[in-house]
Amino acid sequence: MKIVVCMKQVPDTKGGVKFKPDGTLDRAAMLTIMNPDDKAGLEAALRIKDETGAEVTCITMGLPKAEDILREAMAMGADKGILVTDRVLGGADTWATSTTIAGALRNIDYDLIITGRQAIDGDTAQVGPQIAEHLDLPLISYAQAIKLDGGGIIVNRQYDDRYHVLRAKLPCVVTVLAESNKPRYMTPGGIFDACDAEITTWGRADLKDVDDSNLGLAGSPTQIVKVFDKVRKGKGSMMTAETPGEGAEYIFKILCEKHVI
Amino acid sequence: MSLKQCKGVYIYVQQTDNKIDNIAFELLGKATELAADLVTDVTAVLVGFNVKGMADELAAYGADKVIVVDDPVLKEYRTEPYTHALTSVIKEFKPDILLVGATAIGRDLGPRVSARVATGLTADCTVLEIGEFKARGDKEPRQGQLLMTRPAFGGNTIATIACPNHRPQMATVRPGVMQKQEKMAGAKAEIVEFNPGFEANDKYVEIMEIVKSVSDTVDIQTAKILVSGGRGVGSAENFALLEDLAAAIGGTVSCSRAAADSGWKPKDRQVGQTGKTVRPDVYFAIGISGAIQHTAGMEESDIIIAVNKDPDAPIFDIADYGIVGDCLKIVPRLTQAIKWRYLHG
Repeated sequence: MKIVVCMKQVPDTKGGVKFKPDGTLDRAAMLTIMNPDDKAGLEAALRIKDETGAEVTCITMGLPKAEDILREAMAMGADKGILVTDRVLGGADTWATSTTIAGALRNIDYDLIITGRQAIDGDTAQVGPQIAEHLDLPLISYAQAIKLDGGGIIVNRQYDDRYHVLRAKLPCVVTVLAESNKPRYMTPGGIFDACDAEITTWGRADLKDVDDSNLGLAGSPTQIVKVFDKVRKGKGSMMTAETPGEGAEYIFKILCEKHVI
Repeated sequence: MSLKQCKGVYIYVQQTDNKIDNIAFELLGKATELAADLVTDVTAVLVGFNVKGMADELAAYGADKVIVVDDPVLKEYRTEPYTHALTSVIKEFKPDILLVGATAIGRDLGPRVSARVATGLTADCTVLEIGEFKARGDKEPRQGQLLMTRPAFGGNTIATIACPNHRPQMATVRPGVMQKQEKMAGAKAEIVEFNPGFEANDKYVEIMEIVKSVSDTVDIQTAKILVSGGRGVGSAENFALLEDLAAAIGGTVSCSRAAADSGWKPKDRQVGQTGKTVRPDVYFAIGISGAIQHTAGMEESDIIIAVNKDPDAPIFDIADYGIVGDCLKIVPRLTQAIKWRYLHG
């Protein structure tokens, strides 16, 4: 059993977000973490590894420093890491990103491809489904639980008011929700091994069956018109309730004044 | 698809158990505005099994034309046959614009369809308008482009995106943001039945079981008053205090991600970036610190009243009225006062 986990290094949105003059992200200037949904995807893969001895390969596309999350993944228990990095891949939208990752995945064997549902920077949830389309594979997104079942998998797929228990043939793409599990910590031994582990690095030339016209900024169908900071609503009135009654009375008066009650 | 031959504003009609989801009416509302700007018409794409009877309802909310893809294989939502259905409609009818709800279905269907027809897709849009855009490599701006605006980075920034060289211009749209039109009773749409033929393949998944949520599914997006609780509420039991207040004032209880993740309230009550966008008349933020992921989903509320014991909680930056104090003590006192007023007022 071979599992590939697609992951992304993302800016920690709790820190400051910075942009280059052209409106694209200045990723180099921000603190970064492994995207939380992807970490849950990795945990789901590692649980299958715990049970069946599957081989877990992590792949990411990004700047050279995205290697950090591959090492973190290996310190958690992943077996291999592949970094796809090349100047010509920069500025990609979800179409160009999924084209790139699919091109890299065509080089390796897999039974199951897991991604996080979405990344906290773009919040699009598009790359996983688009990888499935490029590789012509079945897709189950919004997964809560994954179980192997003979030559297939059984997945609880979350919707707004229900879930479907789905069975798909392998190979298959699954996108995982962050709340589906609690990722394990890195082990001390794992950290040491991960520091020395070899990371495979691929560039444009290593991508299989992809056209230049579908890569990077130039190959992105969507274009940025403008990016701006959110204008926050001004601060309203505030009071400190010395007693609960005082706080309740204050709210009560507002509700009366505004004809809510 | 060549740019010139693509015409019309299309929306994907999401239905569950053969009932049209609210998001479809919201999309029709926005599509009607966009179509007016472009002097074109609005087409609703209705996909399912035994769904033809729902076409008139779509007409009543603004659809000029309804394309019906009706097939037994489409009885329940599954990625592959629905992707095939919508993709076939796009190839046959060549829309200029296609809007899909940014729901748990639309965020699965949208990207798969956009990849199959090789066009761009902008996720979770909150503003859509027609305008001009100078694309990369162009000397002059082009008119009549769909400009798609969406929050990114957990709501820290807003980006406007265009898709100048590919059709359709596709967007998923956040539920609860666009306004539906007044219902026009008796409106009729032109109905076009279209079946591209469905052949099962390895991409078809099998539905083994459907488990509906046992919790009473309350739609927090239609509530006029929301009493929303966060980490500061402390426990599932303490949420009873919020339920009491909601009952007294005629509101509905919602929650923050922290409360949903702790299992205090079901996920369908969660407000925020990974939950739902709401804009009630009154939003009570009780024991909610106000992380940007939360405020992104509620800051359009008319009146925001926040109670938190931390005077530096970021929720106070966007609240119209902030009360620093113990929410577990203040809320029951307030409930009591409201009940008294209704009894004796």
